[in-house]
Amino acid sequence: MAEKILAPLAGKVVAVKIKVGDKVEEDDEAMVIEAMKMETEVFVPCDGTVKEVLVKEGASVEEDDVLAVIE
Amino acid sequence: MDKFGELLQTSGFFYLTPGMLVMWLIAFALIYLAIAKNYEPLLLLPIGFGILLVNLPLADLMKPGEGLLWRFYHYGLQWEVIPPLIFLGLGALTDFGPVLANPRLIFLGAGAQGGVYLTFFVAYFMGFDLKEAATIGIIGGADGPTTIFLATKMAPHLLGSCAVAAYSYMALVPIIQPPIMRLLTTKKERCIRMKKGRKVSHLEKILFPVVAAILLILLVPPSAPLMAMFMLGNLFREAKVVERLTSAAQNELLNIVTIFLGLPVGATMNAENFLQPKVLFIFFLGLFAFMVSTATGLLLAKLMNLLSRDKINPLLGAAGVSAVPMAARVVHKVGAEADKKNYLLMYAMGPNVAGVIGTVMAAGIFLTLLN
Repeated sequence: MAEKILAPLAGKVVAVKIKVGDKVEEDDEAMVIEAMKMETEVFVPCDGTVKEVLVKEGASVEEDDVLAVIE
Repeated sequence: MDKFGELLQTSGFFYLTPGMLVMWLIAFALIYLAIAKNYEPLLLLPIGFGILLVNLPLADLMKPGEGLLWRFYHYGLQWEVIPPLIFLGLGALTDFGPVLANPRLIFLGAGAQGGVYLTFFVAYFMGFDLKEAATIGIIGGADGPTTIFLATKMAPHLLGSCAVAAYSYMALVPIIQPPIMRLLTTKKERCIRMKKGRKVSHLEKILFPVVAAILLILLVPPSAPLMAMFMLGNLFREAKVVERLTSAAQNELLNIVTIFLGLPVGATMNAENFLQPKVLFIFFLGLFAFMVSTATGLLLAKLMNLLSRDKINPLLGAAGVSAVPMAARVVHKVGAEADKKNYLLMYAMGPNVAGVIGTVMAAGIFLTLLN
């Protein structure tokens, strides 16, 4: 079952810490989004393998944009 | 030798007083905090240098009608030009989206003005006159330009100390607020996740500054200079047809007026004006105001939770003080300590920007009642 990582808030992606094929565990750090000059971590929602990463460092995201898919 | 003595007497060195040297130390301390600790450097650096300049005898930079800094002070602050221009920039930087998405959070922006009013009474009972008490109370709103605006009109002799107090406490938001936030909320409350706000349309965002300007200025007319510019800046931003004006208001203009705000504020702090026991009380009362505001914001949020089925995270109440966006960031951090996947930042921006409006309204109410 695939689970999506959604952007919890609007901002700029400043770090992507996962890549396709990575084995990840729930609560691993997936990305860092900068909003209001503050860096906020985004965590992996479930155990699995990274199937897709849809954003690159430097991308602007809106709330609820899909950032990556975990399978 | 006599000639040499005369020459010495025309120099400022001859007229230095111990009080001036103490003020130099205060100036150096602010300059140090700004540079080394990054405490509100945009304001504390020019304020610190202004303090140093005004305590150089014979320079007469604050001599009425003549001095350079006096001109900045007179035409910038006494003429009420600079604080409203700062607000134009702030309006252009402010996104009212989080307020419109969750309108009941506006109440938290009002709730966190509790410290302003309470401190007004406490200062009055401690022997400050009504206008001084209002100026000290407004420090609790944690809004620099509003403090300066009100002080210039109500108690110009307290301008320097109130402004320095306001900016110092704003820099200390991440230190002052969290203990109060943890004390007044349970871990379970801090873990409350906010329900997603609704999407706000472009039309709503354009209408907001227009409607808010009409309503708020009619409600409290003396708030007009700040409110008018704040909403105009926001209209520039949301209209999206005057990007050049938005960008000028946010960047060049805001930066320029910031220079002319800090310097004359510092220059009001000469030794005889500042080195009084009164000033210690101002710093103490300002801190009290700020802490009470944080607490009343939190308590109002808890009260709203008692009355409503839709629970809000009470930490958001602490963001009702208007230090934007520091207070919202602090809320986010304290919330994330309890639950690292709780993203409160954008929700906290709602009460945070509502708090700016709340503080301007409080200043307007003081002006209505006391002038």
